[in-house]
Amino acid sequence: MGGSRLRAVTTLAVAGALLLGAAACAGDDDDDSGPAEDGSTGSFTLYSGRNENLIEPLIEQFQSETGITVDVRYGDTAQMAAQLLDEGDRSPAQVFLAQDAGALGAVSKAGMFDPLPDEVLEVVPEAYQGAGGDWVGVTGRSRVLVYNQELVDESELPDSVFELTEPQWEGRVGVAPTNGSFQAFVTAMRVQHGDDATADWLAGIADNDPQIRERNGQILDDVNAGRIEVGLVNHYYLHELAKEEGVPFEEMPAQNYYFPAGDTGALMNISGIGVLAGAIEDADVRTFVDYLLSTEGQAFFTEQTSEYPMVAEVDAPAELPELAGLEAPEINLNDLDSLEETVVMITESGLA
Amino acid sequence: MLLLAALLAVAVALTPVVYLVIHTVEAGWAQVFDALLTERVASAAGRSLGLAAVVTIGCVVLGVGSAFLVTRTDVPGRRFFGVLAALPLAIPSYVAAFAWISAVHLVDPRHVFEGFWPAALVLILCSYPYVYLPVAAALVGADPAAEEVSRSLGRGPWRTFAGVTVRQVQPAIAAGGLLVALYTLSDFGAVSIVRTDTFTREIFTALNMGFNRTMALVLSTVLIMLTVLLLAGESVTRARGARFARVGGGARRPPSRLRLRAGRWPAAGGLALVAGAALGVPAVSLSRWFVEGVSRPGSLAEITSATVNSLWVSALGAGLTMLLALPIGLLAARSPGTLSTIIERLSYLPHALPGVVVGLSLVSFGIYVLYPLYQSVWLLALAYAVLFLPLAVGAVAAAAAQAPPQLEQVARSLGRRPVTVFRTITLPLTAPGIGAGLALAFLTCMKELPATLLLRPTGMDTLATRLWTHTGVVQYAAAAPYAALLVVIAAVPTWLLVSRSGIMGKGGG
Repeated sequence: MGGSRLRAVTTLAVAGALLLGAAACAGDDDDDSGPAEDGSTGSFTLYSGRNENLIEPLIEQFQSETGITVDVRYGDTAQMAAQLLDEGDRSPAQVFLAQDAGALGAVSKAGMFDPLPDEVLEVVPEAYQGAGGDWVGVTGRSRVLVYNQELVDESELPDSVFELTEPQWEGRVGVAPTNGSFQAFVTAMRVQHGDDATADWLAGIADNDPQIRERNGQILDDVNAGRIEVGLVNHYYLHELAKEEGVPFEEMPAQNYYFPAGDTGALMNISGIGVLAGAIEDADVRTFVDYLLSTEGQAFFTEQTSEYPMVAEVDAPAELPELAGLEAPEINLNDLDSLEETVVMITESGLA
Repeated sequence: MLLLAALLAVAVALTPVVYLVIHTVEAGWAQVFDALLTERVASAAGRSLGLAAVVTIGCVVLGVGSAFLVTRTDVPGRRFFGVLAALPLAIPSYVAAFAWISAVHLVDPRHVFEGFWPAALVLILCSYPYVYLPVAAALVGADPAAEEVSRSLGRGPWRTFAGVTVRQVQPAIAAGGLLVALYTLSDFGAVSIVRTDTFTREIFTALNMGFNRTMALVLSTVLIMLTVLLLAGESVTRARGARFARVGGGARRPPSRLRLRAGRWPAAGGLALVAGAALGVPAVSLSRWFVEGVSRPGSLAEITSATVNSLWVSALGAGLTMLLALPIGLLAARSPGTLSTIIERLSYLPHALPGVVVGLSLVSFGIYVLYPLYQSVWLLALAYAVLFLPLAVGAVAAAAAQAPPQLEQVARSLGRRPVTVFRTITLPLTAPGIGAGLALAFLTCMKELPATLLLRPTGMDTLATRLWTHTGVVQYAAAAPYAALLVVIAAVPTWLLVSRSGIMGKGGG
C-alpha cells in the first residue's frame, strides 16, 4: 500500500536533486577562467546600496569603456551591509558602494575591507574617508529641511533643527526615523551635542505629532503636494522629483532649505565605496575605484544625481548652493559608527 | 511510505522555522523576553490579529457573495463577472496600495490615505479571490439534491441558502479564509505603503534599524506563535463541520439558479462596484503613471529580460512547490488521521512568515549549508516553495478528495502494479488540482518581492524587482510598464483558474 506513490514521489525528488546538483556544477563553470597576472579576471561583483536607476548608466559607461564586466547586486544600503556581514569571508562581493558613512563604518568595523592605496586616498579630502583608509566618499549629500513654499513663509524657517520641537511646528514636520540617513543625522547630533540633548530632541519631535514616513521620497512627495509642510530629507530628492516631473526645480512647490551656522540639520554625509578583503589586488576593481573618482565619474554624479563631487577639480552642480557657502557641521564621519546606540534611542523615543 | 515523502517535504518547508528557533535560542532567553514583553509588541500583535480578522471577514463576505451570485443566480453578465471577480489575484498588494493612494490624491491631493481601515480595504480587495475561487468551485460542484429537499420541505430560498448551501461549501470558505488570514499576517507591501503598524512592519523596522537581525527574527517567532493559534482555531471549526461529499451514482446535475427578479440589477451593480474598486482603481492609476511621468521608460531589452526572468523563476518556483505539495496533499486526502493533519498544518506555518524572514533564513542556509546554491535561482525557487506550499497543498488535497479511492483499490485488486495505478489513475484524477495548484503558485511567485530581492542571483531582475527599483526613487512612469506587464501575465494563470473552476459553465467542475 502506498509503495507506488512513494516510488513516484522519490523519482521526482531524485530528479529534482539531480537538477539542483547539475545547476550547482554549471554555476561553478563561470569561474573557470583563472586570473591573469595582474589579478584581473575581466569581471568583479559589486554590491550596490545605491538605487539601480541612479547608478546603472554610469556602470554601463564604465563597462563599455574598459571592457570589464560588473556584476551588480542592488539593494538598500542597510540591507546590503547586513548581507555582507552575514556572508563574512564567503561573500561573493569585491566592492561595496554605500549610501552612507555609517554602513561603510559597520562593514569596516567587522574588518571586511582592504586598506585603499595612497593614490586613491590622496584624491579625496580626509574628512570624507575612513579612519583606517579603508573606504572613501564618492559623492556628498547634505541634509536639508524641505518645505512647501505655498504653506510656509521663508521667514518662518528655523535657524536650527532644534527649533522643530517647538509648539509652532506641531503636526507639520515629516520624518523618516527608520531610514538610514535620518539615523546618521541623529548620530551626528549625538556626536555634536551629546546623548542627553539628542534624547531631549527626539522626545520633543515625538511629542510634536510628527508625520512619520518610511522613505525620504515619500516625505518629499507629500511636501510637494502640500500634505506635509516641512520635512527632514537629503538635498537631492528635490532635484530627482523635478526631473521626474520635467519641471525646473525652482518651479516646484517644494524647496530645499539648508540650515546655517554649522547646525546638525545640515550634516554633509557621503555615499562611498569600500573594497572587500583580498580584492584590492584585483586590477579590475582598482580600475573601477579610480573611475568613480575620475573627472568623468564625478561629473556623472553632479549632472545626473545633483550631488556634490568629492574631487576638487570637478564643479558642483549648478542648481546647488556652492559648497563653500554651506555651513555644514564639522563632524568626523568616522564618528557616525555608533549606530546601535542611536537606534536604541530612536526606538525609545517612540518615533520608530 | 507516502508518509515518508510527506515528512521530507514538510521538513524542507520548515527550514526557515528551524533557523528562527536556532537564532532565538542563540540570542538567549533574557534578550528574547526583553524584546517581546513590551507594550509595542503587544499592540502590534493585536493590530495584526485585528487586521487579519477584518480582512478575513471582508473577504468571506465579498468572496462568498460574488461566488453565489455568479454560480447560483441569474444575475446579468454572470460569466463576465465570474472572471472579473478572480482577476484581483493578479495584482500585487503593493501595486494596489500605490494605486489607491494615487487615486485618492487625484480626488483630494491633501488627503492622507493611511491607517488600519485603508490597509484593510486594500487587502480585502486584493485577497478576496482566495475565498471566491474555492467557494465558486464548490458551489458549482455541490449536489443540488440537498437544496431541493430543503425547498420541498417548505424552506424559503434564503433559509435554504443559509442552512444548506453555505454549510455545503463551509470547508471551502474555511480553507480560503485561512489563506487570507495568513496572507494578511505576512503582508508587508500594502501595510507599509498605507502605514499601519502591524507585526510584519515591526519586523521590517527592526531589520532596517541598525542591522539588528536578531530582534527581527525574535519577533518573527511571535508571528509563528500567532499562526499556530490561528491554525489550531481553524482546525477546531473544521473538526465540527461535517463533510458534504456527494454519494451514490448518477450523473452530476447543474444546480438550479435562483431568480433574483427585481434584485438582478442591484446585484450586478454590486459586482461591478467590487470589480471597479479592485481592478478599476489600479487600472486608472497605472494609466495615469504611463501618461504623466517623463522618466526614462525601460528599454525593450530590459523589459524583455525581466519578463523572461520572471517567467523562468516563477515556473521553477511553482514546479518545486508542487513537488513538495504532492505527497503532503495526497497524504492528507488519502490517509486522514492525526499525523497527516499535523503534517498538513505544519506546511502552513511558513506561509505566515514575511517573505523577508524566509529570504533571510535561506541566505544563511545558503551561506553555511548549501553554498554552491547561494545566489542561484534554485535557492530562490526553494523560498517560493516554502512560502507558497499551502496554496498547492490545498489544491492537490481538494482534487484528491474528490477522486474516489475505490478506483485505485479496484485497479490494484485487478493486478495492476502500484506505479501503473499511480500513473493511470491517481495522477489523472488529481490532475485538475495539480494544474490549479501550479497556476496559483506560479502567479503568486510572479508577485513576490522581498525574498526575491534577497535571494535572486546577482544581476538578475524580475518584473517585481524592476517595479520596486523604480518606485523607490518615485519614478512611477518608469514603473508603470513593469506593473502593467506583471498584472497582465499574472492574469493568464488566474484566467486558467477561473475556467477550471467551472464558473464559466463548461464541464461543470
